[in-house]
Amino acid sequence: MDLPPISTGTCMPNAPRDGSHSFRDEELLASVIADLIGDARHVAVGASSPIPAAAALLARERGNGRPQVSLLGSRRQSFFTDGGRELFDCAGQGRIDVFFLSGGQIDGEGNINLVGIGDYAHPTVRFPGSFGSSYLYYVVPKVILFRLEHSRRTLVAKVDFISAPGTSPHNVHRPGGPIALITNRCLFAFERQRRRFALASVHPGHSVAEVVEHTGFEFDRPPHVPVTPAPSIETLRMLRTAVAPQLAEVYPQFAAQVFGVGNTA
Amino acid sequence: MIARSLDEALAVITDGCVLAVPREVSGVAMAATRALVRRGVRRLHLIALPTSSLQADLLIGAGCVETIETSAVSLGEFGPAPRFTAAVTSGAIRVKDATCPALHAAFQAAEKGVPFMPLRGLIGSDVLAQRKDWKVVDNPFGHDDPIVLLPAVKPDVALFHAPLADRDGNVWIGRDRELATMAHAAAKTVVTVEKLHDGNLFDDPSLAAGALGGFYVHAIAVAPKGAWPLGLADHYVADAAHLADYARMAASGDGFAAYLDRHVYAQRAA
Repeated sequence: MDLPPISTGTCMPNAPRDGSHSFRDEELLASVIADLIGDARHVAVGASSPIPAAAALLARERGNGRPQVSLLGSRRQSFFTDGGRELFDCAGQGRIDVFFLSGGQIDGEGNINLVGIGDYAHPTVRFPGSFGSSYLYYVVPKVILFRLEHSRRTLVAKVDFISAPGTSPHNVHRPGGPIALITNRCLFAFERQRRRFALASVHPGHSVAEVVEHTGFEFDRPPHVPVTPAPSIETLRMLRTAVAPQLAEVYPQFAAQVFGVGNTA
Repeated sequence: MIARSLDEALAVITDGCVLAVPREVSGVAMAATRALVRRGVRRLHLIALPTSSLQADLLIGAGCVETIETSAVSLGEFGPAPRFTAAVTSGAIRVKDATCPALHAAFQAAEKGVPFMPLRGLIGSDVLAQRKDWKVVDNPFGHDDPIVLLPAVKPDVALFHAPLADRDGNVWIGRDRELATMAHAAAKTVVTVEKLHDGNLFDDPSLAAGALGGFYVHAIAVAPKGAWPLGLADHYVADAAHLADYARMAASGDGFAAYLDRHVYAQRAA
């Protein structure tokens, strides 16, 4: 099958050695996240999340219209008619199965920081803010964390500010929480009972040693760590032909940069 | 009700005003925001429902804001909000950090005329720890079930931009219903609109379903392209080139001053 062309930009440094097909980092991550979404009824995507948005739309392509996808900021990928609160009300009732969060800092217990570095009253670095995380992290069953800068300054032993905690005491209403953390280097699974990440796979071109070197928190490591599977030709076709034009409505800069498509909305 | 000028409509937004504004996609009154900067409004207590972008950054950079209550300030695809970031790290403004559904719920409490609203989540977060005005109680209908209570948010003025208004003061907001919540919660509401609708919006049931009654509206000013350089959903998209320019210029104090000269103060005669 011929693949539609992708825009200029670097491909994975060691895209498959057999030369079968090349892909961008963003495409690998969207493919992995779509796998993590699995069989869901309703996936919602928040602000500043172009790769999760691509993954959610990809999951819907693969599922022939399932799951329902709600993209914050979109007119087309949204059935909400009751204002911004409807998303959160849906989530509070358990009507959203999957959501995505990131953090300026993420620590080994799954705590996320979207507020700042240093003392809260006198921060040295200020991030945009917690958005809906201080609520959605608790009530959405599968929250997938994503952080595209995998370094010791982003993946830390302890966050400076908890926008939302990774786990909660037993008496706190908490049907939701993190299930995984995906970065530009690897995929971690989160184990709620142990309040710890475990390395699940390492992306093509990266190594376990490199992950250890660039991670500021302790995590579990099985004896054999698999390589993250590359996106299939079919997945790349869906991303480039079906997903990219829909993505351009909400993320025109990203869609143009990664897929070379404009906003036709 | 229909003001003769933008400045006349904005007269109610005085120094020290508790001013509510909507998120970027719901209709941000940017022409009005530039007019407020030109007038030199000071000590605003700005409340974003539930986030803000260029509007908050511009007001903060121009020295109009004392306190901001918000879930986030960001330029989205154009990166961090540079004047917000600079003002927080320099201590020039006070931030009351919230989370989106908490602001939605606190506005809902105000529109219902009740003192507070409960919300799930938050427990164990530093967002809650920093908010001395939020309380945790045990669910009176449950057992050992802590839940957060948020006091009602009652702004002095809500300010937003919408596609249409009629001469009776009714405003068409379509599906952006948080604009109605803002207007219900605020003591007064000021709206800029793209254009006036001939006739009454309530005469057409399909328009009436997306309308906000003029009963809630203090003043309306006509401001074509009034959300520019942001977009107005279903009407026009954001001016990406301008926003990229803003992000670049506002990265420094001098660049921001040059932006104000070029795009805010230079419009005085207009």
